[in-house]
Amino acid sequence: MEEIKLVKGNEAVALGAINSGCDGYFGYPITPQSEILETLMELRPWESTGMVVVQAESEVASINMVYGGAACGRRVMTSSSSPGISLMAEGISYLAGAELPCLIVNVQRGGPGLGTIQPSQADYFQATKGCGHGDYNMIVLAPNSVQEMYDFVFDGFDLAFRYRVPVMMLSDGIIGQMMEKVSLSRSRPRWSAQEIRSMSDDWATTGRHGSRARNIASSLELDPNEMERRNLDLQSRYRSIESAEVRFEEFLTEDAEYIVVAFGSSARIASETVRMARAEGMKVGLLRPITLWPFPSARIAELADRVKGFLVAELNAGQMVEDVRLAVDGRVPVRHFGRMGGIVYSPDEILNALKQEGRSNG
Amino acid sequence: MAEIKGTINVDRERCKGCGVCLGACPFDVLALSAEVNSKGYPFASQVRAEACTGCANCAVVCPDGCIEVFRKIWKK
Amino acid sequence: MDKVYGRSSLLTDNVMHYCPGCSHGTIHKLVAETIEEMGLQSETIGISPVGCSVFAYNYVDIDWIQAAHGRACAVATAVKRLQPDKMVFTYQGDGDLSAIGTGETIHACNRGENIVVIYVNNAIYGMTGGQMAPTTLLGMKTATSPHGREAAIHGYPYKIAEMVSLLDGVCFVTRQSVHSPAAVRKAKKALRRAFENAQAGMGLSFVEIVSSCNSGWKQSPVEANHWMEENMFPFYKLGDLK
Repeated sequence: MEEIKLVKGNEAVALGAINSGCDGYFGYPITPQSEILETLMELRPWESTGMVVVQAESEVASINMVYGGAACGRRVMTSSSSPGISLMAEGISYLAGAELPCLIVNVQRGGPGLGTIQPSQADYFQATKGCGHGDYNMIVLAPNSVQEMYDFVFDGFDLAFRYRVPVMMLSDGIIGQMMEKVSLSRSRPRWSAQEIRSMSDDWATTGRHGSRARNIASSLELDPNEMERRNLDLQSRYRSIESAEVRFEEFLTEDAEYIVVAFGSSARIASETVRMARAEGMKVGLLRPITLWPFPSARIAELADRVKGFLVAELNAGQMVEDVRLAVDGRVPVRHFGRMGGIVYSPDEILNALKQEGRSNG
Repeated sequence: MAEIKGTINVDRERCKGCGVCLGACPFDVLALSAEVNSKGYPFASQVRAEACTGCANCAVVCPDGCIEVFRKIWKK
Repeated sequence: MDKVYGRSSLLTDNVMHYCPGCSHGTIHKLVAETIEEMGLQSETIGISPVGCSVFAYNYVDIDWIQAAHGRACAVATAVKRLQPDKMVFTYQGDGDLSAIGTGETIHACNRGENIVVIYVNNAIYGMTGGQMAPTTLLGMKTATSPHGREAAIHGYPYKIAEMVSLLDGVCFVTRQSVHSPAAVRKAKKALRRAFENAQAGMGLSFVEIVSSCNSGWKQSPVEANHWMEENMFPFYKLGDLK
């Protein structure tokens, strides 16, 4: 029988970790995501699945524990909120450079600085444009429901290991804190040591055995030619990800004259805006990028050929709007509507912004 | 009584001529060569080979692992 | 004739990049010999730092993880927790461990991770060109204390081995050196004991090795060893602390 539970988004991440065969979680408390670590410590998965849970002394330590665990070919993850992710930036760059798979959950709060504990989507740039130093990308999954916070733990690990890259789940304080029912039917065991060896013996640091050469997890390369080759390898991997892993969702876009583009919690709010607009006879649709990187640029470009304009609604000063504009390439107007500092807009605020958009476009 | 005879084999190309082994030898067996290896370093060589007992002190302190030690003990 | 001493089979053929006379080479050799003698090649994972010994993975034929600057103990924590049957050690310099990595070091010690920490203290940053480290002695000239380290400007040298010996998670703290045959033999015994502690799950073993950086100190290798005996050992006293 399908197991359904009423849980917070953050609790769903903890349950997703245990049920997705995660080997290790390493984290540090920060609002609004501390329930992830709290739930794991309450459930004691080391006694059931053998999953390791460590409360680290800092986000810096957490991400470096993730680096060590990932190097061993294990499914490992951490979670934090915006200021903590800034502290992890160095480690994420190292993970990308050493080609190590892992899952990082960001339950965003408002910044800059210590900012606020209220929800925000102001880490879009940080998540999609690198976060740390160097040329690299993370796959970024943006859940808009508690169910997706559960499911994206599974998907995040699958993508991370398919491409040996770090994956970020970019959530926010709304989804992390709200309660919804979640189906927990998706479940799988942890990999055995044998399975890890058969999958990852050419790179995982599980002990140099038999005739295999020693494995070295490292992002260091002082020979510039070799370093460029490694960069080109990463870039070609990123191109493969862009061609195979773009995910998005559309709502009433078939006949739409205006498209709202929104991700995560904003997409939940904007879907209500679309219903309200339709009730008033406005032909409005919603495009919700599920992967923020790779971005659904091709689909947005297609839509730009037949709509009058786009409105990008996001809880920030205008970040994803830049990617939408790049995709639209000037063919129709692309406007931004946002709130900041932890304020969450209502569906009718977005509707008002849409109406202004309609008026200014004639 | 036993007579002990030792000898060493220095990997000349690996040796960087740091000289740490010279002072470690209790019998002043070693000196740095006048010639240099392909990297330009002088290397450790036995100048009083007959005094070597194969105690391995030189090899033990060698940072680059260049020295192998051999030893023979004759019981009298 | 019988071979009584040779290169450990766990040392790779690579010529070490270290300066002539650098203690790192000797310590690498001891690590390789200890792992070989304990039969742990397939069971050991080393964590290399940032600093001169970043390339430790080029010389000892085991699996390695190269950690970000200062983070080796955090990396090692996860490696050991996820593979509790493996031997896990970090190899870190004084800049890496006792400056930027103080937090990760102290907390791994405090958690009592069953790992070995090998701490090479030569009182200077070697790789970046001889800058002052937290461990630089008062009066010692470095690239960033060109007039000699002054307490009023730079603070005091500190003894992290003494600090971690206070922590309950730490089972063994020792300070060794590798400047003489006797010292090398003692240091190897200490390493062996540390590795055995980790195998037995007794908590964290911390092995400091007071070392010379003759290039950074601007001395010959032999002079540097003498200077170390006269200046470093009175402050960083050798022996077991716990």
